[in-house]
Amino acid sequence: MKLHLKGAHLVDPVRGIDESMDILIVDGIIEKIRKNITADRSYEVISLPGKIIAPGFMDMHVHLREPGYEHKETIATGCAAAAAGGFTAVCCMPNTNPVIDDESVVRYIQDTGKKATKGLVDVYPIAAATKGRQGEELAPIAELAEAGAVALSDDGSTIASAELMRRIFEYSSMFGLPVIQHAEEPTLAKGGVMNEGFQSTRLGLPGIPPIAEEIIVVRDCVLLRYVPHAKYHVAHVSTAGTVEVIRRAKANGLPITAEVTPHHISLTDTVVDGYDTNTKINPPLRTEEDIAALKDALRDGTIDVIASDHAPHTIDEKDVEYTIAPFGIVGLETAVGLSMTTLVTTGILTLYELVEKMSVNPRKIVGVGSILIQEGEKANFTFLDPECEWVVDINTFHSKSKNSLFHGWKLTGRAIGVMNGNSYTFFI
Amino acid sequence: MKLQNRHLLGLEGMSKDDITLILDTAESFKEVLERPIKKVPPLQGKTIVNLFFENSTRTRISFELAERRLSADVVNFTTSGSSVAKGETLKDTARNIEAMKIDMVVVRHSSAGVPHFLSRVVKANVINAGDGLHEHPTQALLDMMTLRQKYKTLEGLRVCIVGDILHSRVARSNIFGLTTMGAEVSVCGPATLIPRYIERLGVRVYHRLEDVIPHIDVLNVLRIQLERQKSGLFPSLREFHRYFGVTKEKIEKAQHPITIMHPGPINRDVELSADLADGPHSVILEQVTNGVAVRMAVLYLLGLSN
Repeated sequence: MKLHLKGAHLVDPVRGIDESMDILIVDGIIEKIRKNITADRSYEVISLPGKIIAPGFMDMHVHLREPGYEHKETIATGCAAAAAGGFTAVCCMPNTNPVIDDESVVRYIQDTGKKATKGLVDVYPIAAATKGRQGEELAPIAELAEAGAVALSDDGSTIASAELMRRIFEYSSMFGLPVIQHAEEPTLAKGGVMNEGFQSTRLGLPGIPPIAEEIIVVRDCVLLRYVPHAKYHVAHVSTAGTVEVIRRAKANGLPITAEVTPHHISLTDTVVDGYDTNTKINPPLRTEEDIAALKDALRDGTIDVIASDHAPHTIDEKDVEYTIAPFGIVGLETAVGLSMTTLVTTGILTLYELVEKMSVNPRKIVGVGSILIQEGEKANFTFLDPECEWVVDINTFHSKSKNSLFHGWKLTGRAIGVMNGNSYTFFI
Repeated sequence: MKLQNRHLLGLEGMSKDDITLILDTAESFKEVLERPIKKVPPLQGKTIVNLFFENSTRTRISFELAERRLSADVVNFTTSGSSVAKGETLKDTARNIEAMKIDMVVVRHSSAGVPHFLSRVVKANVINAGDGLHEHPTQALLDMMTLRQKYKTLEGLRVCIVGDILHSRVARSNIFGLTTMGAEVSVCGPATLIPRYIERLGVRVYHRLEDVIPHIDVLNVLRIQLERQKSGLFPSLREFHRYFGVTKEKIEKAQHPITIMHPGPINRDVELSADLADGPHSVILEQVTNGVAVRMAVLYLLGLSN
């Protein structure tokens, strides 16, 4: 396979490149990077004027549901959705059945992932921090790390015990694994199904107050200061208060990183009106003030990563009473488009910064090595069309589940293809 | 005259004209209820299901009476012994009911938004008989009817809702309805039982009955549930009674008569003293009578919308 990627703009924050470049690829390896290459006829030309080549995107917060919940998603369908959304790598959360708290499950996911999309999408399992995600005993962290788990998290549940969180920080620090916290203090959040605020008062739904998130992040920062060499990552930050806590912690030099989802910067809790259960998300959609703070945090680097928290559920599971519906929406196939629309076209982030938050930073946080776009390295690219206007249609999703809030949304900018070694695909 | 919506999901957003239409229609049905023969034919041949997923005696009986007095055929569906106990989903239950060619569904459920859900799934008219902590529109309509009878107009009327506002769908519906009709609404209760930002619904918030009593015409006293004490929202029924219980002693400070309302059932001498509940300014039993008339009006008007 010999390819000539012609006429695209290369955005590579790793090497600091932001200009037009042609790239030659032979059998999945970068042979040459130059401006205006003239190659012989043995190279298939892929003409990409006006398009962007970026290092392959990683979604570091995905629920692939396999093993255990294959009716919602499988590793194969999740990876297909990831590729279609412009990702060449995903990190999958351990709330599967069995839970990813045993090295055999880590290996099962790695093996299934390799077969899933002919290597188009690399699957990196995140292991549970506690056995069975029960928040009581340490998971076999050394074994999980050795098997290749890239991070630890009880995502979906908070590691509520301060004592246990301290021990997880201590134990994981031996392996350099980041601990990803789903920050939601359980007694404050008890029974809540949406943001606590004016809308929950209006709609008569039990609320999850913003302080439930903030209090855990504050506590974890205190622990982090006490435990040397631990790494801490805050999943799906949703409140202005949390942003403030993280900003301060970073200023104090704590090893803290954070992510935000595209939906938390696109929608507020006003969409719960009408009781569409796709608006039931954890953490809940918040308010305009929170969105403004989250955008500021992306701009000034307080938030390092954009991740989708792709949470597939079937139509029947979601088509129930609001209070008993499961939390979450799918996100892999809308994350790039939403981020480009809400952040890049509005000038909040440059495309270069977006690539940092969707490729460079997540890879750095989970420690899988930067994608090097240079001669002799494996090709690992996400191709973007920043001008493309398109309409989200859940019927075209590769994900098994269609629980999106963005059906019918007009977006500007999207991924048009991905390449990972010998595998590549262009979808428009 | 017709209502703008073919369902009654709540009073939020309902126009003053629609509320007035319901209250006016209810007055004429109240007159029917005074007759020796209390039955009229408008819903003859219509089938109504009372879908009660949550315990209720008086609301269900009130609806059933209203339905029968309009000559509708009535089916009662309650959770005990129904398919719900067998694990059937709400959607399947609704679709089955639909397949039985039901014309109207009166629904009560512990989860807010269930009437909205049903209105999307079934073709029948949906009437909210209480959804979670959200709304109980017919209760607020009967409260407004009772007040309008006594004061002629709701415009400028000063109404205070007392007690557990946080968990009260009666409070929310009353706030929506009364503010639309031009009344001045306040709420009074312990800070733990007042939901955040409620003042943005156009009400004033008080934490001491003494502060609000001089400035109001009506006290709508809510039922306090003991389980709220167990979940740490107030210390004891004794303390609640002492500070938020409505007693003769407290309202006498107003130096003008205050009308006493209660949606029932009353915890006597907890949120409301027995002498006030049975006293000359209590309209609690009128509320019950008006409940049937208001529900007849709602059913009749929604029946016209088809």
